[in-house]
Amino acid sequence: MLTNISGVLRACAQRNGAAAVVSARTYADFTTQATFEIKKCDVHKLDEAPATQVVMTRDEGLQYYRTMQTMRRMELKADQLYKQKIIRGFCHLYDGQEACAVGIEASIKLTDHLITAYRAHGYTFTRGGTVKEIMAELTGRRSGIAKGKGGSMHMYCKNFYGGNGIVGAQVPLGAGVALACRYKGTDELCVCLYGDGAANQGQIFETYNMAALWKLPVIFICENNRYGMGTSVERAAASTDYFKRGEFIPGLR
Amino acid sequence: MATSLRCFLRSGKQAVLVVARRGIHRSPPAALQVTVRDALNQAMDEELERDERVFLLGEEVAQYDGAYKVSRGLWKKYGDKRIIDTPISEMGFAGIAIGAAMAGLRPICEFMTFNFSMQAIDQVINSAAKTYYMSAGLQPVPIVFRGPNGASAGVAAQHSQCFAAWYAHCPGLKVVSPWNSEDAKGLLKSAIRDDNPVVFLENELLYGVPFEMSEESQSKDFTVPIGKAKIERPGTHITLVSHSRYVGHCLDAAAVLAKEGIDCEVINLRTIRPLDVECIESSVMKTNHLVTVEGGWPQFGVGAEICARIMEGSAFNYLDSPVTRVTGVDIPMPYAKILEEHSLPQVKDIIFSVKKTLNV
Repeated sequence: MLTNISGVLRACAQRNGAAAVVSARTYADFTTQATFEIKKCDVHKLDEAPATQVVMTRDEGLQYYRTMQTMRRMELKADQLYKQKIIRGFCHLYDGQEACAVGIEASIKLTDHLITAYRAHGYTFTRGGTVKEIMAELTGRRSGIAKGKGGSMHMYCKNFYGGNGIVGAQVPLGAGVALACRYKGTDELCVCLYGDGAANQGQIFETYNMAALWKLPVIFICENNRYGMGTSVERAAASTDYFKRGEFIPGLR
Repeated sequence: MATSLRCFLRSGKQAVLVVARRGIHRSPPAALQVTVRDALNQAMDEELERDERVFLLGEEVAQYDGAYKVSRGLWKKYGDKRIIDTPISEMGFAGIAIGAAMAGLRPICEFMTFNFSMQAIDQVINSAAKTYYMSAGLQPVPIVFRGPNGASAGVAAQHSQCFAAWYAHCPGLKVVSPWNSEDAKGLLKSAIRDDNPVVFLENELLYGVPFEMSEESQSKDFTVPIGKAKIERPGTHITLVSHSRYVGHCLDAAAVLAKEGIDCEVINLRTIRPLDVECIESSVMKTNHLVTVEGGWPQFGVGAEICARIMEGSAFNYLDSPVTRVTGVDIPMPYAKILEEHSLPQVKDIIFSVKKTLNV
């Protein structure tokens, strides 16, 4: 399709006699995929780290970019609305962290499960919510994803369990979803997210214990933005190696 | 022998025919004496059998047969997948149970006593109770939290609190408090079948007490509806409203008072939330006097709520004297036996309150 467009443009330019600066190269000349070097992961209780070279196709790249860009613009708009007091209460924004949500969603399926804390607008979008539903929920409208009854922190959709306001409470819930996956005998898993602040919650360690004991299909992901509410990680955590905190659970950073 | 007798009686009409042919007994199957513990066990057994998604988790529920033996035999019958022993991590395993409920299973989460539920109360309220509303109906949480509630015998302050008022305060929860074996079995089955989070408050002192269970209540489909109180003893002079163990105390008090010519109507609430106000109101409109009896502390308690609701409704105009609340004493539970006994409602306290309300 892109080849056709560039062909048409070139033809137009030639017909008009104008200097065709539009395209000296057609899109068809671009490659369909590229290899990228990524940083080596630190590992804990794992024999080998993930690969340091990844291949991404053009379509994948465009899709990721589009998703991240949409999330960014949605969050910036929400920020603006919050400052205008059109969005009330809490509005925890995800701009800057878009790559996490997109990267996670790229490696799981929509039939897998995901649960996160209150910084949830991004995940609501990647899990299947529309921008319209999310903005309507933030502005308290009936067409919101939770009919205006949930607000910023309580958005739900299929295989997405929110949106949880109490710091750390979503971690046992996520392990429970994983238990249900194993109970039902499906090969689904649950991705369970929390922040660097929540990483110090006791219930998370209770969950590590039970998840490891019962071998639940759960992946715990700590999104470390270096601040738990207003407190920096150095002032809150005796160990900032959050990937090692699971102790008997293998970890990656 | 008891088991075989129960099997015999369960087969209903056929059993009668068989019995008649053998010429042993000509009377129909009698009501059975079943302890509250066995009734709860039957309820869970039947619901585990009926629905694959139901499972039980908690401390000591599997290999130990239950801290109070309520889940005796279930692990042997259903195995590790459906009867799960947890570590001592209430907040963790309550959250796990709720997550499993969100993902489509129907867990029964046992707290060894409701005192330990305080460790997990955030999960019960914020993750279970509020979710259906917050998600505008997208995310139901069909879970039952059960365990012994209130005073036991000599377990002192940290192990004797009644949580009826605490949980009943919260919208999004159903709170149920059975008294006898029929209540226990029927209400637990209803709770497990209910798609809402249900807090099921048992009583440790009642576990070993046998009650008569009608033939109807021995059926696998027997349920008691949540939200409906039961008039255990009809009367005309005064209404006594209670829940759990103190229903028995009210009936004992009523028996004593009957000899003095005072006819008490005793209501067994069965459900604390939603409260069956209509039942209490129609009783008060008949008897004109009301005494509430509960084991919990007086301030902001079940009795306080009943007083407020009666005052707000039409039954207020029928009261001939103020409502009296008989409650546990407003102190942490002491250890010494004599102090413990006097910290909880006794039959004599109920009799005293009735006479004071009736001005006799």
